[in-house]
Amino acid sequence: MSVIRRRTRLIAVAAAAVTALGVAACGSDDSGTTAGGKPDKLVVETFGEFGYDELVKQYEKDTGIKVELRKTAQLNEYRPKIVRSLATGKGIADVVALEEGILNEFKTNPANWADLTPLVADHSTEYLPWKWELGKAGDGRLIGLPTDVGSLAVCYRSDLFAAANLPTNRDEVTALWPDWDAFIETGKKYRAATGKGMLDSVTTAASAITFQVGGDIFYDAEDNIVADKSQAVKQAWDTSLKMVDANITAKTATWSPEWSAGFKQGTFAATFCPSWMLGIVEGNSGPENKGKWDVAGVPGGAGNWGGSWLAVPERGQHKAEAAKLAEYLTNASSQVAAFKLKGPLPTNLEALKNPDFQAYTNPYFTDAPTGKIFGGSVEAIKPVRLGPKHQAVKEQAMEPALRAYEGGEATAAAAWEQFIKDAATQGAF
Amino acid sequence: MRRARWDLKYSPYLYIAPFFVLFGIFGLYPMAKTAWMSLHDWDMIGEHTFIGFDNYTALFQDEYFWNATVNTLGMFVVATVPQLVLALFLANLLNRTTLRARTLFRMAIFVPNITSVAAVAIVFAMLFQRDFGVVNWLLGLVGVNPVDWDAQRWSSWTAIAFMVDWRWTGYNALILLAGMQAIPKDLYEAAALDGANQWRQFWRITLPMLTPTFMFVVVLSTIGGLQLFTEPLVFGNGNMRGGTQREFQTLAMYMYEKGINSLNTAGYGAAIAWALFLMIGIIAVVNFALVRRTVK
Repeated sequence: MSVIRRRTRLIAVAAAAVTALGVAACGSDDSGTTAGGKPDKLVVETFGEFGYDELVKQYEKDTGIKVELRKTAQLNEYRPKIVRSLATGKGIADVVALEEGILNEFKTNPANWADLTPLVADHSTEYLPWKWELGKAGDGRLIGLPTDVGSLAVCYRSDLFAAANLPTNRDEVTALWPDWDAFIETGKKYRAATGKGMLDSVTTAASAITFQVGGDIFYDAEDNIVADKSQAVKQAWDTSLKMVDANITAKTATWSPEWSAGFKQGTFAATFCPSWMLGIVEGNSGPENKGKWDVAGVPGGAGNWGGSWLAVPERGQHKAEAAKLAEYLTNASSQVAAFKLKGPLPTNLEALKNPDFQAYTNPYFTDAPTGKIFGGSVEAIKPVRLGPKHQAVKEQAMEPALRAYEGGEATAAAAWEQFIKDAATQGAF
Repeated sequence: MRRARWDLKYSPYLYIAPFFVLFGIFGLYPMAKTAWMSLHDWDMIGEHTFIGFDNYTALFQDEYFWNATVNTLGMFVVATVPQLVLALFLANLLNRTTLRARTLFRMAIFVPNITSVAAVAIVFAMLFQRDFGVVNWLLGLVGVNPVDWDAQRWSSWTAIAFMVDWRWTGYNALILLAGMQAIPKDLYEAAALDGANQWRQFWRITLPMLTPTFMFVVVLSTIGGLQLFTEPLVFGNGNMRGGTQREFQTLAMYMYEKGINSLNTAGYGAAIAWALFLMIGIIAVVNFALVRRTVK
């Protein structure tokens, strides 16, 4: 599904820190087999909310195979679990969800994953083409079936916009910022009227821009690190620096306590929202701010942030059935059902055309037609090729450097130098 | 008869076996495996290539390794010096016979130590928040501008030192108190007869007699300080980097970043683990030598 439901990240970190030093008990590998080779039970390992709860009940009814859903709240806890099960073969699930930021890292050792091509029907034309392609590893094997995609929008507080004498209607707000320069101008107006930063942090904008520009981000097609010369990085970097210079951000680092509290306190009035972020905005803002948030279009066109695939580990005992289950969970009707239940945005072309999906409105966000907003921009997303350690370069090289500049701890040149140096070490694989 | 001799000969080994078996499994084996890993280019879920001591040579030239070393030692000093002074003060206070409800106080100062370290770190991280933290609010009352605690070295080290000290001062005070109680009372009585006041008694009797205990406390604090992990990690919002410019990344955090977070550098992480182990070993030996000298 999406990056990291990190709402309660602190607690997770604490728990991780405590368990990190102990010996972690792995789940037992207890999926037994009956005589005919048909498994009694399949295990699906996911993080966050994929919305599969109702779907697997139907599957159990149809096939007689029991399905155990193992959920981990956050991606940063989830990844080590997958690594551990792959490295030791203990407690390995039959179907494993891989998020776009970590998928590429696992792709560098494709032998860990079953090739799905012979195991499922040909679905190559049924999904967003780029999304489908990203499910393939370098050696050509299909390791993941597409689940969801993040897409991109702007979440904004209409009450704070009103207080700053800015328009509040979502169409008028979208019209405020046809491009990034206009977005910065709006931020300046907001600062002048309220004395506060409009945008939460420069890193959310940088993330949005890299995905908008698309093409090579930190790696080229041969997986060489090109962070120092890629167009996506350059545009994101330059625009980010402009935003810092124009002082339009509240300097709250994403996922930090300041950031989480900022939603409720009105420290900032806008953030970039992939569809999975809506739940995080809602959770951080609390029921008392219902109806104050709304969803507008993003400056500079469509983009994506987050999204996952379902993969089948090579060491799993029931690869054929597991692949069938993954196929079922990612088909058009399942994706619409999952969206209705928990919100992951479909990637199946038929699901995106489904009237139920398109008509959906989100009551928390002033009844914003999120089905239409996100669904409408999905097909305009440019294919983005993420390198093996994209997430590490993004979170451990680019964002810290930008934050250092945003906080005034480094000059533009020093921040760039730090970024390039860290990109080389973090990006090595 | 024969069986009894067999029993006599071998059963002692059996009695001590549990420790050695457990130590072998959880102590010796991980250490040996880590040493072996550190000689490889070790991908957690991929290839393992033997590269000899390349990880260690790379470590010596790694700017971030030395940065983490400086941070670890720096935070150790910033946290430990005030902590030991305070612990000494508290122990001396609790050692007074005139103090009422002594047992209650002695128990009370130990309570922070049995509190979950993660809980402590979370609470302190909240106190030291930039926008809505209590510490900045208090500073604001006396006209000080809000501090972005995790943005600079001095401020982050201060905040982390507070967490460490809150948790360990009472613990060390109790050990020092035990040491003080072992000092014969007649020494004080004799000094009092000679007209030495409390202050002088403390400097001339308590402190010199306490040196072995004090050194023991220093050794414990050193080992704990060099392994500092949870406090800076939670303070930095769970990022192993420890600040945007690694202002408070400790060696343990850097080890975790390389060894666990980044799948393909597990061997390098193992080398950091061994470097840390050697560092602690050296410091412990130095401490031991100092203790022996002072005890003589």
